[in-house]
Amino acid sequence: MKTIHVTTTVNGDTVEYLCDPRETMLDVLRDRLNLTGAKEGCGTGDCGACSVTVDDRLVCSCLMLGVEAEGKTITTVEGIADGENLHPLQKKFIEYAALQCGICTPGILVAAKSLLEKNPDPTESEVRYWLAGNLCRCTGYDKIIRAVMDTAADMREAS
Amino acid sequence: MQYHSPNSFEDAAALALAATGTTRFLAGGTDVLVQLRADIITPDTVIDIKNIPGTQNITCNADGSWTLGVATPGAEMREHAGLGQDWPGLVEAMDLIGSTQVQGRATLVGNLCNGSPAADSVPAMATAGVELSITNAQGTRRVPVMDIPAGPGRTHLTQGDVISAVHIPARGERGGDAYLRFIPRTEMDIAVVGCAVNLRLDTAGVITEASVSLGAVAPTVLVLDDAADTLIGSTLDDASLDRLAEAASAACNPISDKRGTIEFRTHVAGVLAKRAAKIAYARAQGVTK
Repeated sequence: MKTIHVTTTVNGDTVEYLCDPRETMLDVLRDRLNLTGAKEGCGTGDCGACSVTVDDRLVCSCLMLGVEAEGKTITTVEGIADGENLHPLQKKFIEYAALQCGICTPGILVAAKSLLEKNPDPTESEVRYWLAGNLCRCTGYDKIIRAVMDTAADMREAS
Repeated sequence: MQYHSPNSFEDAAALALAATGTTRFLAGGTDVLVQLRADIITPDTVIDIKNIPGTQNITCNADGSWTLGVATPGAEMREHAGLGQDWPGLVEAMDLIGSTQVQGRATLVGNLCNGSPAADSVPAMATAGVELSITNAQGTRRVPVMDIPAGPGRTHLTQGDVISAVHIPARGERGGDAYLRFIPRTEMDIAVVGCAVNLRLDTAGVITEASVSLGAVAPTVLVLDDAADTLIGSTLDDASLDRLAEAASAACNPISDKRGTIEFRTHVAGVLAKRAAKIAYARAQGVTK
């Protein structure tokens, strides 16, 4: 099988890899770039555990081929914190205990960050609709929604 | 699997014509990648059309019509300031498809070419009078959207055909469109019935042009000329709404499945047609957006 050379930007770093054209972006992130934050839940775009942004657009990395990343800018959950300093969303998720097993958490953090960048003052309905593509099977959604709403309020105050 | 990312539709069409085995064009990939993973299709050739210039552009032309690149995702349509003002029904129909993540990639043309009778955007495109450019070795031709669907999972496109642009007419004066669907939950499901209505009024509020389309009630999306005729000349009074509902239900040829029976789908088609017509009428009057 002929592999294809791809140059892309992941979390601010230029990376290069060779990949089989059938590999998904999620496979590339996890198996070739060792970025295992994005999780494979369903592999069919239903659960959102593999959420990343591509050129600032929220997508499921399982529904994208690794070869499509050529020239793009990708951000994963590993790129959310600033070094040792957690992103406000990450701090608030800990404070609210907005997770149990944690499989869905990276995808929800990436999705929530993407929402707050577009809309710093979302209503609860807007948060729930935006995150409707991120499934959580243990915590339930209430603490997650409250953590996102509270982060938004804090970030508005800080700015 | 061969992966190509050509820089022109002529090259994309030539690659598709020369390919052997199964070929898939790749734009948003929200259907293609699911099928690939589920081993429903194993493409020998994938032709990614997103490197072709303009495939992600939304352009308002001088005459008020719109040209959309074939890889424009739903999220770009929704966030566009002008498109949803002109064609709220079409934008809402596209916006109903999938989650935020799916909206980041999914496209109108993908929804059409996936060939689902329940595709939400197709009734809205049909009533809006959307046309598509198809490029192949002979050149580029323009066809109405309803020339594409052939049946569940099938289109009338042949090897070497690639859809190269989406053309949405100018909205014009006193026009409005709407799309509604019934699903058993509040979000992210497949339409049990979908209905689009597009109307134009004269200055007195009399309907002069009408188009009605149903999804998920037949092997392909239906365009209902009879139902449209019940509206023309009316001011959307109760009698004309009842005739519309009757005509919409009469046109149904659905299946029973776990999401709805034949009887349910037939009834709901009439209910949705009335509701969508009311929304389209209010929009045409400029009462609501």
